[in-house]
Amino acid sequence: MTPDEIYGRLRSTDMDAVPPDDVEKLSADDASELTLKVAAESFGKVAAYLAKDDHLGFDSLMCLSGMDLGEELQVVYHLFSIKHKHKVTLKVNVPKDSPKVPSVEGIWSTAGWHEREAFDLFGIEFEGHSDLRRILMPEDWVGHPLRKDYQAPKEYRGIPVLPREEPE
Amino acid sequence: MESLAAWFENNFSAAAGMPKELIYFGAILISCVLVLAFMLLLVLFFIWEERKVSGHIQSRVGPMRVGGWHGWAQTIADTIKLFLKEDIVPRAADKRLFLLAPFLAFFGVFAAFVVLPYGERTLVTDLNVGVFYILAITSFSVIAIVVAGWASNNKWSLYGAMRSAAQIVSYEIPMTIAVLVPVLYVGSMSMVSLSEAQSGGVWNWIVFRSPFTFVAFIIFFIASLAETNRTPFDLPEAESELVAGFHTEYTGIKFAMFFLAEYAALFLVSGVATTLFLGGWNGILPTQIMPGPVVFCVKSLFLVFVIIWLRWTLPRLRVDQLMYMCWKVLLPISFVCLLGVAVQKLLF
Amino acid sequence: MMPAGLGSATGCRRHRESAAEYVRDLGGMTMDTVEIEGKLQTEEMLLNMGPQHPSTHGVLRLLLRMDGEIVHDVIPYIGYLHRCKEKIGENVTYQQFTPYTDRLDYLASMNMNLGYVLGVEKLLGLEVPERAQYIRVIMAELNRIASHLVAWGTFGLDMGAFTPFMYGFREREKIMDIFERTCGARLTYNYIRIGGVSRDLPEGMVKQISEFLDYFDPRIPEYHDLLSYNKIFVERTANVGILPLDTAIAYGVTGPCLRASGLKWDLRKDEPYGIYDRFDFDIPVGKGEMGTVGDAWDRYMVRIIEMQQSARIVRQALEGLPEGPITGKVPKMIKGPKDKELYIRTEAPKGEIGFYIVSDGGKTPARLKIRSPSFSNLSVLPVIAKGGMVADMVAIVASLDIVLGEIDR
Repeated sequence: MTPDEIYGRLRSTDMDAVPPDDVEKLSADDASELTLKVAAESFGKVAAYLAKDDHLGFDSLMCLSGMDLGEELQVVYHLFSIKHKHKVTLKVNVPKDSPKVPSVEGIWSTAGWHEREAFDLFGIEFEGHSDLRRILMPEDWVGHPLRKDYQAPKEYRGIPVLPREEPE
Repeated sequence: MESLAAWFENNFSAAAGMPKELIYFGAILISCVLVLAFMLLLVLFFIWEERKVSGHIQSRVGPMRVGGWHGWAQTIADTIKLFLKEDIVPRAADKRLFLLAPFLAFFGVFAAFVVLPYGERTLVTDLNVGVFYILAITSFSVIAIVVAGWASNNKWSLYGAMRSAAQIVSYEIPMTIAVLVPVLYVGSMSMVSLSEAQSGGVWNWIVFRSPFTFVAFIIFFIASLAETNRTPFDLPEAESELVAGFHTEYTGIKFAMFFLAEYAALFLVSGVATTLFLGGWNGILPTQIMPGPVVFCVKSLFLVFVIIWLRWTLPRLRVDQLMYMCWKVLLPISFVCLLGVAVQKLLF
Repeated sequence: MMPAGLGSATGCRRHRESAAEYVRDLGGMTMDTVEIEGKLQTEEMLLNMGPQHPSTHGVLRLLLRMDGEIVHDVIPYIGYLHRCKEKIGENVTYQQFTPYTDRLDYLASMNMNLGYVLGVEKLLGLEVPERAQYIRVIMAELNRIASHLVAWGTFGLDMGAFTPFMYGFREREKIMDIFERTCGARLTYNYIRIGGVSRDLPEGMVKQISEFLDYFDPRIPEYHDLLSYNKIFVERTANVGILPLDTAIAYGVTGPCLRASGLKWDLRKDEPYGIYDRFDFDIPVGKGEMGTVGDAWDRYMVRIIEMQQSARIVRQALEGLPEGPITGKVPKMIKGPKDKELYIRTEAPKGEIGFYIVSDGGKTPARLKIRSPSFSNLSVLPVIAKGGMVADMVAIVASLDIVLGEIDR
């Protein structure tokens, strides 16, 4: 399906529960790629529809990335359909002080670990995740390293984190 | 050993005045020392052989430098190194049992060495229940392993010990039945009688006298691989799974003793196989050209070589497959062999 | 007392009184006490494999919940090799990041380089000369052979067969020699650069590679004799760790593991990049020849056949190798285009490596996310190892062929 067809299907009557403004088509440089911005509240329903609908059939979550946009945090999902061989990119923006996104672990199991990583490195909380805890950093690390405003702690359990300042 | 005592008595005028017990005691001591020295030399050789054979199978050369020619002194160097290592005992380990285990392992093997008939007159003693004695004493290795695993206070060691205990105890049964086959055939449990019954050329060897004894030999060989924890049955020491199994926590001299016990056990089972099936000290030709001990050692060393060869070729069996093989494959076949040999003896 | 439930992101280490408490703190898992008839109670045992362990293929910690030999649950703990690659990616220039990609899957550095560099070239719209494209394919496929040789060797080693490990590394030495002559390094090459490759093939290299291929082709039947059809090996791996296809897709498993589960999907053929569409090669798929489709033996066999096919590709690439420059026009200071992003994925030996590069017009990327194949492949381990034995778990981890470098980044 072409990007327009995918977008059109998303707007169809099956998606009544989702307010139309919640799904916004972003302009892409490449006409063959479709990027959508989805509001966090409706994201769960949109993702479920994308996965379950026969014509869309996005059965593979290629990549789930967190992004720090300054004022907001963003989760970027790259979906692929093995059946139909088309792709779509979804972006969900959430405010930095309360970053809550519905979890898609129930739809694509691979999101289990990817969401843990986004939580670990960005602090995005995925509601409905079965076991949201740090995956790469130690369990008792403080802070979310990949945020732009992240300050590394001076030391971790007695070990200095940053190299000692050289005397000028 | 009895003849050694008699020889003492006859040849040393100083000995004539001593009580018989003392002479006997002296003879025992000397025999044991000789056997111990023989065992140590063998182990030294085997470890070097293992490294060279494994090297060549793996397309490399193995030790080449220590001692000059193809690294023959490598084991000596390694033993010295092991002796110099710090002797670590884990704090939570059961100290007495921890210290006891290596000696138990060593004892189990050494005590059985004294019954092997190296030659017609070269042996320590000829027990009339030699075979039974060997089977009983080699069961000591189970105790040693379980004690080692338990005393280390380490989950991995315990795991290795448990697996090993199950394996050894299970495989003792087909091994015993396979051993009964030549005993039944010859009608005696004495190691010397078994060897004497096979004199007269290669076709008199028990392994060739009947298809049942041939199969029994193979069963004995496989079961003895399991008894000595060698690949494909080396799960208790599976390096890639359990670090080092039941001897994970052992260092230095104690580790050396386990090593010693393992390689000595290899020769022991080969020696027993040689005596029971492959003719003992008898040569290939009807008349004995080479001296008995040489023939015995050549045959046993060849079997040890095969064991080493198998180790570096085959992967290892999983524990349930190991058990399956013992109870559902080897055991029934060994029963059939026993029955077959009994029928054969009756009819022919 | 710490509440159980959501893991301790802000908690602190404390001494656990018992194994039960430890498990509880892991997120609400319960530990069962199994009561057998009569008064005999057995408890499950918690066993730690790693982080230092001979068979976990890197610094990986596996917490096993076991009842005797049966594994009830496996919990992987990763992050021991985390080197903040993605943060570094935001702080160095595009060219400076290439050596960092080497250290992702350090056994297949060329493929890591290639994935990243293709992404940057697509972002900037750079042209790569033909000769460089061919050299890239040759190097990437040779590295695929090298990576699969390690997978093969260590699989044998974990199963107790020590010799395949030596044979695999013997072949690898020849490939390492080729790489060393070409770019100077044996493991992390930094050879495939933005715009082309860093150096041309040295004198006599084409001949050296052909000789290696002639040497390598008869090795595969040797490997089949030694390990593949060995009864003990088959017993250990057939019907072990069966990964059904829908589970594989749901968990994002890619590469040989996905193909072993029955799906004929290879990015080199289905979404060709570079010049892969010019070559003729087959995609092996698991057929359940020795057991079930998707078991450990299938994963093993797919890798062996892939090695053969990679050798085929290298031969074709050597034949078609044109003359010409080895680098295209690359600006000295690469400034990414404003507000452009892309996700590019290529077929690395372990699976699909994806780079999500977001550019905001500056000298460094705004975001560089690396989607590694082993990360998703490992996430399926708890699902397929449940109910098996510890020895099976070792076989499954070996058959998944993971590298912690790319899991932890």
